[in-house]
Amino acid sequence: MLAATIRVAGDIDVAEECVQDAFSKALVTWPKIGVPVKPGAWLTTVARRRAIDILRRQSTHDRLLTEVVRHDDETEAIVGSDSLIADDRLRLIFTCCHPSLSIETQVALTLRLLCGLTTGEVARAFLVSESTMAARLTRAKKKIKTSNIPYRVPTQADLPERIEAVLAAVHLVFTTGHTAPSGADLMRRDLVERALELARMLRVLLPDDAGVAGLLALIVLTDARHKTRTGADGTLLLLSEQDRDQWDAKAISEGAELVRESLRQSPAGRFALMAAVAAVHAEAPSWQETDWNQILALYDLLLVSWPSPVVALNRAVALGIARGPDAGLAALAQLAPESQLSDYNYLASARADFLRQLDRRAEARVAYLEALGQCENEVERAFLERRLAELDQ
Amino acid sequence: MSEYLVLIYENEASWANADGATAGKMMAEHETFGQTNAAKLRGGNALHPTSSATSLRRDASGKLLITDGAFAETKEALGGYYVIEAADLDEAIAIAGQVPATFGGVEVRPIRVFD
Repeated sequence: MLAATIRVAGDIDVAEECVQDAFSKALVTWPKIGVPVKPGAWLTTVARRRAIDILRRQSTHDRLLTEVVRHDDETEAIVGSDSLIADDRLRLIFTCCHPSLSIETQVALTLRLLCGLTTGEVARAFLVSESTMAARLTRAKKKIKTSNIPYRVPTQADLPERIEAVLAAVHLVFTTGHTAPSGADLMRRDLVERALELARMLRVLLPDDAGVAGLLALIVLTDARHKTRTGADGTLLLLSEQDRDQWDAKAISEGAELVRESLRQSPAGRFALMAAVAAVHAEAPSWQETDWNQILALYDLLLVSWPSPVVALNRAVALGIARGPDAGLAALAQLAPESQLSDYNYLASARADFLRQLDRRAEARVAYLEALGQCENEVERAFLERRLAELDQ
Repeated sequence: MSEYLVLIYENEASWANADGATAGKMMAEHETFGQTNAAKLRGGNALHPTSSATSLRRDASGKLLITDGAFAETKEALGGYYVIEAADLDEAIAIAGQVPATFGGVEVRPIRVFD
């Protein structure tokens, strides 16, 4: 509804006011006339009419008004149609994820305008105060307006890159929720659910896009494990320790199908490849039966199209599991100079684990301490501290 | 339609050390840019290097302070600009992306209209 109103109003703030007005009007009118058969359409019509009223009063928008009224006349008949609302949601997400906005701003706008989170809820997602987030969102909307970021689905030529940007933003929402960077809980279900919602929305709006299929697959497959990631007492459980019977079989089946679809595109996109790794884990009956060679091969492919140090780290871990801790340590050593990983606790903790397996206790101790220095999630910290204590036994 | 300022920031030392052939090539690239985008250009100029710049500020007492050089010391210096007209930021980026800026890059800034 917001998206459809933005299209008429040409301004996000004005549109938000019109939506509020429509709700207020409904609260007053519906008790008298009864709830309409299509309440969504009623609200949308009222909001859009209000937006047109506001535009009429702005003399500088006379030129725009003709366009808007023409659109309104054309679409009046189908204002309740799903395709109209779908188009507007697509326009809105591409606008929120415009490359001229920082990734954090893209995520904040998407959570606020597409997921309908309040400013306070978005602030909590970023662990900042509500006033800080309010200022950030205001600046972002101002930039959209003053730079004249167009409210539309990008042209064919720009679409692949712009879809990647949207997927990256949604992926960031998911990863932040899947393993919270800090705080008492391992997961933030609210963010995971928002990411899933967005990925499903994109799947409906862009049913032929392999990247979208890949991202949805990745989220669905990874989240299939969410019940088993912590034990009953809240402690971290490794993949090797999780009860696979508790994994969501229906989600795994859905995810596997989506992975197959997303891999039909050549070369395979990064979300498709990450989803494929998740599928190998999800379909393995046990840790021991996991096909690590296939996982290694997938990471090799992923590194080619996405040479990121984090991917290299993941590959090094897979190598260490497939070929033994010495090989893993050698691969990790090559990553030591990567500045992007200098604050990333998984580098030190991976090293610590391989050293532990080789019974090189003194070195493992140093590595666990290093990881603890960089880790802010309490569930993960508790795990690292347990490992550290075990070294002394 | 909106107007945007495209600011060209480049490393001055690289420019100073460029040989005749490189400098000539860059001038030709600017000419090509100008011709290709003639309909969208509203102005533009190359600037003399920051060594020719004079900066003015007022101190706490209101006295005018004159200093030699650019206002802010930056790794890349402002070397020139274009004023372009574009339907929206996407079009502005598409045009600005064609501006030659071998030794740096460009900034796209919307021009403010007061009504």
